[in-house]
Amino acid sequence: MSTENILFNKEELARYDRHIIIPEFGLEAQKKLKAAKVLVVGSGGLGSPVLLYLTAAGVGTIGIVDFDVVDDSNLHRQVLFGVTEVGKSKAEAAKERLLNLNPHIDIITYNTQFTSQNALDILKEYDLVADGTDNFPTRYLVNDAAVLLGKPNIYASIFRFDGQVSVFNYTNAAGELGPNYRDLYPTPPPPGLVPSCAEGGVLGVLPGIIGSLQALEVIKVITGAGEPLSGKFYTFDALSFENRTFNIKRRADNPLNGENPTIKALIDYEQFCGLKTPSTEKAIKEISVQELYDWQTKGEDFQLIDVREVHEYEIVNIGAELIPLSTVAANAGKIDQGKKVVIHCKMGGRSAKAVRELEEKFGFDNLYNLKGGILAWVDAIQPELNKY
Amino acid sequence: MATVIIPTPLRKFTNNTAKVNVEASNINEVVSSITTEFPELKKHLLDENGRIRTFVNVFVGDDDIRDLKQEETKVNASTIISIVPAIAGGKH
Repeated sequence: MSTENILFNKEELARYDRHIIIPEFGLEAQKKLKAAKVLVVGSGGLGSPVLLYLTAAGVGTIGIVDFDVVDDSNLHRQVLFGVTEVGKSKAEAAKERLLNLNPHIDIITYNTQFTSQNALDILKEYDLVADGTDNFPTRYLVNDAAVLLGKPNIYASIFRFDGQVSVFNYTNAAGELGPNYRDLYPTPPPPGLVPSCAEGGVLGVLPGIIGSLQALEVIKVITGAGEPLSGKFYTFDALSFENRTFNIKRRADNPLNGENPTIKALIDYEQFCGLKTPSTEKAIKEISVQELYDWQTKGEDFQLIDVREVHEYEIVNIGAELIPLSTVAANAGKIDQGKKVVIHCKMGGRSAKAVRELEEKFGFDNLYNLKGGILAWVDAIQPELNKY
Repeated sequence: MATVIIPTPLRKFTNNTAKVNVEASNINEVVSSITTEFPELKKHLLDENGRIRTFVNVFVGDDDIRDLKQEETKVNASTIISIVPAIAGGKH
């Protein structure tokens, strides 16, 4: 990246003074930051500290990909946003906040989902990507797009009290290419084996810690300062305060850039992660919250089951019988086989599992999954109820 | 005894135990020991063929067992074994 034409005005020099006076950093590193173009995918828990620090540090062009809107439940960790931004587009709200922090940089927003269709077109304009997404399909997509385009992928991930950081697909000064996400984890866990963040939760300060480390690695990769976390895999356990840095290597069987690459273009990542129902699998019956409401008001005879956990039920419930997912099979006898049964959870994922389990093991054919779960119910039918 | 560090997502299958001490001379024995003590761990660590799942990494000291001798990798009383599954959180 050429820094020949990079100049700073008086305000910028004053702003970046504490960077510039670091002997190992200096004006040259600051110029590299200004010349750099960084794409941040996801402006939530990890994206918040990453974006704030990269903006403050003076990265010249920052792209933000996020299709989501700010929700109350984001504010315990997504420090980019405040109550006035609730309901607004995250990408746009982030841009406004970041330009207020540093008006000397360019922010480009992509108020859209990062997909196999747009990923290469978006990422090709940038020098590197920082992955702050929240699901396996997008993580493999970000990784594959970065590898196909030959760009470093600064990776961080969190779950409850655990954090992970690494620098993928980085070519060092000797021209050696480091490992990528597929070298570390060749395949994602099948759906259901690992709880999602919506079920699992995350301690609010954790993304602040891990996202700051991610921002640090972005800055190191751009400026060449120190040794980026390439070929290394950092893990942090907030409860024990233990952190470990493991050695990781490229693998010959990596389908992207191993000895016999089989993936030469972006694929369907939902399918790769097992999130699409195979056509051989029988579809389950569903009901919308509006239909459920109609059933109730018409006095239709049906049983309503909630398969969430007790602590969730205590936050908000709609009067269903509580049978947590892990105990559904043991309590199958409590579920009526002779009339319609509606099963719900928070968003519809766990209740779909419950319906499948009951159909497969006990032959139920009268079960309906509530689309969108209790959150959809609160949104559409009873907005006065608590959301979480 | 070798020490196995259990990651947060799997602690619900180990009665919230974060560190498990095992008598073992290699990773096969480590896995066998902890899955005997905590049977629920088994389906999360091993696939149908009894191999360690590809979204769960096992490190002996600082190194991935895939770069050592896989499940045959030797361990001793001072070895720290880390189990690190893929996690994907970050935005929501």
